[in-house]
Parts: sequence; structure tokens; C-alpha cells
Amino acid sequence: MSSIDVLFSQLRSEGRKAFMPFVTAGDPDLEFTSQVVTELAGRGCHLCEIGIPYSDPIADGPVIQASYTRALARRIKLADILKSLGQVTSTVTMPLVTMVSYAVIYRHGLERYVADAKAAGIAGAIVPDLLVEEAERFSAVCRREDFSLIQLVTPTTPRERALRIAEMSTGFLYYVSVTGITGERTSLPRDLVDNVSWLREQTDLPICIGFGINSTEHVQLLAPVADGLIVGSAIVKRVAQAHEKSRQEIIREVGLYTEQLMSAMSD
Amino acid sequence: MGNNSATSQVPDDAGRFGDFGGRYVPETLTRALDELTVEYEKARQDEEFQQELAGLLKDYVGRPSPLYFAKRLTAECGGAQIWFKREDLNHTGAHKINNTLGQALLTLRMGKTRVIAETGAGQHGVATATACARFGLPCVVYMGEEDVRRQAPNVFSMKLLGAEVRPVASGSRTLRDAINEAMRDWMSSVEDTHYIIGSVVGPHPFPKIVRDFQSVIGEETRQQSMQRWGRLPAAVVACVGGGSNAAGMFHPFIDDAKVDLIGVEAGGLGTQPGEHAAPLSYGDPGILHGSYSYVMQDEDGQTCDVHSMSAGLDYPGVGPEHSYWKATGRVRYVHCRDDEAMTAFDVTAGSEGILPALESSHAVAKAMQEAKQRPASEAVVVCLSGRGDKDANEIARLKAE
Repeated sequence: MSSIDVLFSQLRSEGRKAFMPFVTAGDPDLEFTSQVVTELAGRGCHLCEIGIPYSDPIADGPVIQASYTRALARRIKLADILKSLGQVTSTVTMPLVTMVSYAVIYRHGLERYVADAKAAGIAGAIVPDLLVEEAERFSAVCRREDFSLIQLVTPTTPRERALRIAEMSTGFLYYVSVTGITGERTSLPRDLVDNVSWLREQTDLPICIGFGINSTEHVQLLAPVADGLIVGSAIVKRVAQAHEKSRQEIIREVGLYTEQLMSAMSD
Repeated sequence: MGNNSATSQVPDDAGRFGDFGGRYVPETLTRALDELTVEYEKARQDEEFQQELAGLLKDYVGRPSPLYFAKRLTAECGGAQIWFKREDLNHTGAHKINNTLGQALLTLRMGKTRVIAETGAGQHGVATATACARFGLPCVVYMGEEDVRRQAPNVFSMKLLGAEVRPVASGSRTLRDAINEAMRDWMSSVEDTHYIIGSVVGPHPFPKIVRDFQSVIGEETRQQSMQRWGRLPAAVVACVGGGSNAAGMFHPFIDDAKVDLIGVEAGGLGTQPGEHAAPLSYGDPGILHGSYSYVMQDEDGQTCDVHSMSAGLDYPGVGPEHSYWKATGRVRYVHCRDDEAMTAFDVTAGSEGILPALESSHAVAKAMQEAKQRPASEAVVVCLSGRGDKDANEIARLKAE
């Protein structure tokens, strides 16, 4: 069992839901990323997604794109990111997973990516451009190494296909709330709750919803049907204020924001 | 597979050309790509669809495009005869219209009501805007800011044709970023929008569809060769950015081992990273824009900035079938520097009264070199993929530098 499996079985036994923030590695630098992740762990977040900057992220909206561009402009390297995350994982128990393009994994080498990520204490990967049809080789490596490969289901995924994706996924299943790219939304699709509830009956795998979530209303709507909620752009946007506010201020703001959303989850 | 010989019977059902191709995109797009695959296969076997497309290519585009003997250019080079396949004479001035009409018909077939496209040189943007005007489809074209600047006449044409041109300010502000932005639009609009991709790149089934629609170039060239000389040309030369004119020209010749096929990438200013746009010459296999193919990447898989004076070749990736042809050795890939292409442009203008597009000028430059090394009895056919009017201002600017 990976640390993600342990996390969800514990949360389930306590009847609780996971809150999962997303942070871009190296925005604006790795030291700050470490501080933010430590803060998020301290506030009680259950799992943290680390975005590995990529030059051509087609699933990402302007906020996360801009954070990747900022990080890459400083010539950030994968080796430095993993080294820095390795230091964080030695001090926090909150599992980390990387959100990473297959372009990066392929270039690094499939086995080598998993080995290096595991050595840094990373529990798994979400690979937004790796479909189940193309995932066989990487999936085999991940299974062998007990490294979770979290697959995505979207509103355009036919139901039979969703079941197949659920079978291939390990750790949890990422349910993309909207047909579109990452970024905050004021309203979410009306059939979202029904679709997740249907899937909930088909698989034992934890289901976590992401894309668009930014308010206590969203959290209250979705927490009852999911095992966890993922909040990305709303956090990255706050981190992005690094040039106009002090780092302590931003960290505090991010901490308070996540605490506010988390308390809505247990309402 | 390195030693296997190439076949024209690719890709397989997974969109693989040998090891290359496939589909590396977000799950959100899968259903649309599956639908497109199914609908395209139906259309391919639908007599009515094929007739409608053939009719448009004849009466609207002006096909077949002539195979023209460049007599004075041939004399200047001394050696094999140089012939131009005149895609520059097509409606809208380039080969791009062959693909956009086919995909516009597919759009209507699928019941989709809006079209998006990316463009580099603007030729695909104009061809898409044209097809959309012809069929009454609303059209949005993404174009890098740098390309908006250097291909201004095409931006104006697209607007006149009723398309909305959205400049893209991210990244290198060129073709690669325009594709990213079009993909992002499609992520949100996929239910009612078709993405008319302009080259043999992207996820399956796009590389196959675009190649098939462009194969009219090579098929006509075969027929015209047989009519003119009673045999096939000794060599066929085409420029390769994403590689659609080359794929359309080469594919009908793939199984004719005697015909030398030469693809010309943009050599830019030199051989250092960032100075050229020649992934088949200098890159490695990797993932970009939904497929596995040669690409210019750094050691972390980040796409590198590339350079070509020609907007249509200024792209860090290449279509997966070209990677397959490279791996099998069926096509020889070379590269041509900015200054060599510019010289070829000047010589063609002066000796033939034809302004080739800067993209096509790369192919002309290598064809001239190739002709010099071959006997006068042989024919070298160049795909003159587009006309150079769009480049006049940029050429004037480059010459002034």
C-alpha cells in the first residue's frame, strides 16, 4: 500500500474527506514552494499536488500556465525540484504527488522518473496527457514500484470508458469537474454531483474532484459525494502575489484560505 | 524497427507510424478524437463525400495544379531538370486549402457548428477562414504575436474573410504557442467545435487525416509525371515544418523505392540550439502536441525555442510520419539555412518570374543543389507549396538588416 492508500483508508474509517491543494514547484523559487507546502501540511491538508512546470501545458488555464512560465524563466530543473521536495518530505507526513506532463517523464526515462520521485518521498503522479491507451508501460512501472498513477475521468468520458480508467488508476481517481482547462469557475456543471455519485457506486477507489473549485459553496456541494477535493488555481493565484506582498503574508493568506475551505468540508 | 522498410500502410488503429504518433492529450479530448476517427473512416468510404470534395478541389481550388518545367532555373543550375508542382497557384495561394476543405466537410458531417485553427505563416489560417466562409461556419484562428507581425497580409485576409484572429502572447509567440492555445480552446469547446489542425501533427487521427487530404499533391504529381515522361521523377523535394505539404507529396511515392524523397527542414542561422528549427536533423524522439515524434527539447523535456525566418517552418516538432520515414530511411532529411533559402527565393524570382513562399524556398534551394549532382535526363520535382506575396514585406525588412 502506498501512503495515499493509507491516507484514504484512514480518512474513510473516520468518515472524513481529503483536502488537496495544488502548488507549482519553483514559483517563484523552490525555497518558497517548500515553505508553502510546509504551511499547507501544518494547516491539516491531507495531500499536496506539486505541479512540475512544463513549457506546453495544454490542459492548463492562464493562472497555472503563468506560474509554469515564471518557474521556467528561472531555468528550474527537475533534479533541483526533486531534491528540494525530498527535503520537504523528510519533515512533513502529508503525501505529495507530482502533476507532470508525459513529455517530462518520457524524456527523463519512465523507470528513472519513478525511482527519482520515490527517492524524494513522492507518493505518485498525475499525468494529464497520458491516456489509458498509452499508459500501459508507465502503469506497469508504477505498479511494480508501488507508485500511484492517478488517472483522470472527465465530463466527456463515456461511462464504460470511465470504468476502464478506474480499473487502471491507483491511489485515487481524479474527476475533472468541467469540460475545459484548469482555472477558477463561479459555477460548476449541474450534473457533476450526479455523475460523481454514479461513479462512486461503481468503484471502491477514492474519487477526488478537481478543476474550478474555489469557494466554500463548491466545497459544501461536492464534499458529500467525493473522497477529496483538489484546489489549484485559487492557491497558485495567491502564491503569484509574491512580487507585491511579503512571503510571510502570502503564506499566511494561503494557510487561512485553505483552512476556510477545509472547515466548509466538515460542515 | 530501424531496418524495416517503410510502408504506406500506416498508421495502425492506435495512430502509430512504426513507433511514432499515438495520442498524448488530456482525457477531455478523447471522445472527440474517437468520433473524428470513426466519422473520417465513414467519409473516406462515402462516394458522395469524395465527389463533393473532388468537385471543390477542381472548381474552387483550381486543381489539378500544374507541373511546371523551370527551364531557366534548370539551365542556371546545370544538371537534372527542375520541375515545380505549383501548389502556389491554388486558391488562397498554398497547399493548405486541400486540407481545410476536407476538414470543413468533416465538420459539417459531425454536426459541429464552430471551427478553430492555429496558424504560423497564416496560410493555414487563410485557408481555414476561406473554407469556413464557403460553408458558413464561424471561425477563430490562433496566431502567435510574432507571426501576426511578420505575416501581416494574411492576418488582414483572414479578417476580410470573416474569421476572428486571436494573437497569442505566450511562450515564443509563434506556431507552437498558437497550437497550445487552439488546444486549450478545444478543451472547453470540444462539444460543438471542430479543430481544423493545419499540419500532419497532433494526436491521432489528425496526422493521418491531414496527410490523406494533402496526398492529392503526390497523386497528381505521379499522374503528371507519367503523362509527361512516361516514368516517375528521380527525386521529389519538399520543405518540412510540421510537414503537411511534404507528407502529401511523399506518401503516394513511399512504395516506389526508386524515387528519392528529400525533406528540407529549416536550418535557420546555424547549427547551435535555438538557431534552427530542424528536429529531424538535431532533435530526439519525445512528446509534443499530442504525439510521439522528433522534437527539440532540453534534458528535462521542455520544448526549446527554435528559429526560422519562415513562420511556417518555425516549429520545434514535426509530424510523426516524418519520424517514421526518417527511422526507416525512406526519406532523406536535410536542412537549409535562412540565407540559402533567401538566395533560392531571389533566383526563382529572377529566372522564373515566380515568388515562392519563404517556406517553399527552402525546398527550391535543396532541389537546386540536388539537380546539380544529377544528369540532365533526370527530373527533380519540387513541391512549390505556396506563393511568396505574403512574405514581401518581411523579405524587404530582412534585406534591409
